[in-house]
Amino acid sequence: MSRRAAESAIEAVIRVSASLAIVGLVLIFVFIGKEALPVLLSQEVRQEAGLSRLFLPQSPEPSEPKEFAWQPISAIPKYSLLPLLTGTIKATVVALLFALPLALGAAVFSSEFAPSWLREIIKPSIELLAGIPSVVLGFFALMVMATYIQDLLGLDYRLNAINAGIALGLAVIPIVFTVAEDALTAVPQSYREGSIALGATPWQTAWRVVLPAAFPGIFAACVLGFGRAIGETMIVLMASGNAAVLSLSPTDPLRTLSATIAAELGEVVHGSPHYHVLFFIGTLLFLFTFATNLLGQAFVERLKQRLSGSRL
Amino acid sequence: MRPMRSITAGLLALAVPLNAAATITIKGSDTLVILNQKWAEAYRAKNPGVSIQVTGGGSGTGIAALINGSTDICAASRPMSRKEKLSLRDRFNTLGVEIPVARDGLAVYLNDSNPVKELTLRQVEQIYRGKIANWKDVGGEDAKIILYSRENNSGTYVYFKDNVLQGRDFSPMAQSLPGTAAVVNAVVKDKRGIGYGGAAYAKGIKFCPIKKTDGDAAYEPTLEHVKSGKYPISRDLYFYVRSKPSGDIKSFIGWVTGPEGQELVGQVGYFPIR
Repeated sequence: MSRRAAESAIEAVIRVSASLAIVGLVLIFVFIGKEALPVLLSQEVRQEAGLSRLFLPQSPEPSEPKEFAWQPISAIPKYSLLPLLTGTIKATVVALLFALPLALGAAVFSSEFAPSWLREIIKPSIELLAGIPSVVLGFFALMVMATYIQDLLGLDYRLNAINAGIALGLAVIPIVFTVAEDALTAVPQSYREGSIALGATPWQTAWRVVLPAAFPGIFAACVLGFGRAIGETMIVLMASGNAAVLSLSPTDPLRTLSATIAAELGEVVHGSPHYHVLFFIGTLLFLFTFATNLLGQAFVERLKQRLSGSRL
Repeated sequence: MRPMRSITAGLLALAVPLNAAATITIKGSDTLVILNQKWAEAYRAKNPGVSIQVTGGGSGTGIAALINGSTDICAASRPMSRKEKLSLRDRFNTLGVEIPVARDGLAVYLNDSNPVKELTLRQVEQIYRGKIANWKDVGGEDAKIILYSRENNSGTYVYFKDNVLQGRDFSPMAQSLPGTAAVVNAVVKDKRGIGYGGAAYAKGIKFCPIKKTDGDAAYEPTLEHVKSGKYPISRDLYFYVRSKPSGDIKSFIGWVTGPEGQELVGQVGYFPIR
């Protein structure tokens, strides 16, 4: 076989592997979407778990007040997604409030102020955090952190949004840090030199010149962190208490969309309304993370164009 | 925790063909998993030719596996529902064989430092439905009651809901934990907590004595009270097989329900069926 033929064979193989990844993504979406569709289309499923039952308050019996309840195993199953959506958003917000300042601060320090030997230590150490399996983080939060947080703040609930959010934040930090740090170091050295030459201090340079130049990348980092936080399952399953409460208080326990799927799908009767609702939740999560990742990618693209000067 | 368990199960399944010995699989109730392991160990020691694989996952998981044909024996902490029996019939043209293997008192756990002495069945119901939210209403300190419950795929959850809550919903504030051990651990760490689960798991917490009604005396889930039915929350634990057991499975089940197997039941903290 000639060299040329060998090369084109190899090219064909890697072309297939690239398309397989995309085909896989599409197939996953099609499969999950197909299992979720009966929530919208099937008369039988809609009666028990139609959109109005998923999003509007329902009264289980005429005598009782309307409420949002997630009680899928019940004489009258209740499938309100609102407690789960609130729980997911609550955990995500706490996680980002905890993780973003730490991760971005560390990224700015590492790229702008740290001497190179220190940077060689900081960067791999934080990235090592990404290697901790989420089940370990969850277990740590469940057994150790929860007690400290409860005692420190004097809370009623050991497992609550603060505990789950901080554990989640630990998983988000390395992602945000890595992407933000790359964005900051990608800012051309000439920007810094120019700024210093004009008499700006290193801090002014970092704050007024480098940060704005890297902003799209930093935004992308935050979006990726958000995507990670919203889809993470094991940590919240273990550390959040898993109570489907409709409450905005960060000191109450919560139940997220992802944890609900993980906890209930193993057991659910195939083809029942409960089954289809769980897939509907999966579709929602998929759309959330897909949209946020897409948004993040678009901003990275913009950063590249801006710094290469093609669209200044 | 569930995905991990199924991965373990998958790895075990992969290992099977290497082993020439006859293999019996038991899958199901987390309440029974410790007892199943004890049984498996003791039985294997006597019959080296037979290998027994034990997996937990919950009664529902076990019954689903029985219906799918992926386990020989299903361990369940509740009877099979009509619907489940019908699916089994559709698939294997049998309604399954039910074999009670042990009896379990479902204990209500309180933290050791909780001053509450006893509860009526009705009070437990009201607490878990969120109608009683403070310990002072049942004779304790002025503190919020923190509810610990199980995920809704657990046989213990369904049993508690049907028999203590009379089929009504748990309060939304009830936190679902992935196993009885997790509930025990939560109540150990939380002095305002209340939990429920098998009497076998309890270490470092106390069992709340339960009264059937206001007029009755309160009983703890001890051997005597569970056997006599004086303790109001007790249940049978079962093995299910698809058809009348034969061969290795028959001799294993015979051994489990016989004197040697039943002696182990007591050691693990459950109650023998005879």
